[in-house]
Amino acid sequence: MAFAIQFAIDVLSLGGAYALMALGLVIIYGILRLVNFAYGELIMVAGYTMFLTSGSGLPWLVMAAFAVVMAIVAGIATDYAAFRPVRAKSVTAVLITSFAFSNLLQNAALLFISPRPRNVPLPAIFSQTVEIGGAITPIRNLITIAASIVLLALVAWLMRKTTLGIAMRAAATNFTMARMLGVPANLIISSAFALSGFLAGVVGILWIGRIGTVVPGIGMEPLLVAFIATVIGGMRSLPGAVLGGFLLALIDTTLNYTLPQDLLKFRDAFTFSLVILILLWQPEGLLKGPASGQRT
Amino acid sequence: MLETRDLAVSYGAIRAVRGISFTVGKGELVCLLGANGAGKSSTIKCIAGALKAAGGSVLLDGADVTSASPERMVRAGMATVPETRDVFPDLTVAENLLLGSYIHRRDTAGNRENLERMHELFPRLAERSAQPAGTLSGGEQQMLVIARALMSRPRVLLLDEPSLGLAPAIVERIFEMIARLKETGLTILLVEQNVHQALSVADRAYVMRLGSMVLSGTPDEIRGASDLSALYLGG
Repeated sequence: MAFAIQFAIDVLSLGGAYALMALGLVIIYGILRLVNFAYGELIMVAGYTMFLTSGSGLPWLVMAAFAVVMAIVAGIATDYAAFRPVRAKSVTAVLITSFAFSNLLQNAALLFISPRPRNVPLPAIFSQTVEIGGAITPIRNLITIAASIVLLALVAWLMRKTTLGIAMRAAATNFTMARMLGVPANLIISSAFALSGFLAGVVGILWIGRIGTVVPGIGMEPLLVAFIATVIGGMRSLPGAVLGGFLLALIDTTLNYTLPQDLLKFRDAFTFSLVILILLWQPEGLLKGPASGQRT
Repeated sequence: MLETRDLAVSYGAIRAVRGISFTVGKGELVCLLGANGAGKSSTIKCIAGALKAAGGSVLLDGADVTSASPERMVRAGMATVPETRDVFPDLTVAENLLLGSYIHRRDTAGNRENLERMHELFPRLAERSAQPAGTLSGGEQQMLVIARALMSRPRVLLLDEPSLGLAPAIVERIFEMIARLKETGLTILLVEQNVHQALSVADRAYVMRLGSMVLSGTPDEIRGASDLSALYLGG
């Protein structure tokens, strides 16, 4: 029993974080049909904001909120710096500008802060553990689960009940038609980047909370995870991204538990083999998005 | 009210529309006829702002709106029903209609009134309000797209082939509805391949062939033009 609880908590907390990462990536992809390669750096921005404000003596929650705000700002900046100037012209150009922006942010961190890990302030609760039904689990896992439930519900509400959210879903299906109804393209895209930044900021704090430090390359793994989760779930579908995140976490956790010690370092190879199998079975991902619309 | 002067549209090196000029007066229903590939839909898309003009100009109420963004054209009072019948398939009928009123989103009372009018005009849409639009039949989708366009309270409506691929009985109803919309004083530019139906509701018509305007006049004049079928069949 204790084992089952432990397993469930591990899957749900990792899956929650993965799902949020994937959601932040797919929101942009759905509308622009472009992967934002600077997405991982939004997590980096949140981490370094925490590091830089750590000496300020502000309450932790204020610092965390500020870090999320900075991730949102960085998200919107991605739109203005990398996407908006070349968006209408060429897919390849945006691919390169988003890589360039990602590199720029990483190198800025290398140059102005340090290539070495920097400590991020974390409240004591992040390192405490609690016993549930015989399973000893870190409280931060429970925080991650709670945060992902709240955020997934928030995003679902936003996309279903608000005019802006409905317009974003419409733009993801057929951007030109949405514009022909008077939905302003730039507002929708900036909102998508802001939402993406918000999710990256929150997930960044939770992610860094597992490690305790931030390095310039911290965004690489979350970007990869988000990308794989969206590919499994279906690049065009928001529920698909969430499903993909949880599924990937289930695979990772199962392998963590079952692989013998000397194979554990090859865990990612096993994970990716399974991902390939899933894609061979369902090449478009598990959940297909709405019928295809054209890129703008 | 709506006017094009020497309007040209190109797809890369291919010139789809080669300098056409026409006018649509206030409250008029003007029909743009022509065979496949004549450049009718490109003309509509260009006026709606979805395609950039390669030359010439588009005027709305005398103001130059050439190559304005689609969202600006909607705010200027123009609504477009594209030929591809673009409902948002995974959004419900109600959500589709809500987006139609996007530019008036602060005026909830006005939108509710307008929505009731649409439900009166298209009772089917009221019944299917909570259903995803992708599950509607072709005719119902066409009604939804027209109703959605009307939710923006346009002064000019661009209708691109509303009868395309629909059963004759439904085509009949769509044209009845177009006639009713005209009675409300709405200015309409209608693109059609269904010549006889279109001419029965139009005040005036233009005929396009290979990107150029070849004929214009009242429905009777167009019907009387002996070479109409030749223009269509490319003879």
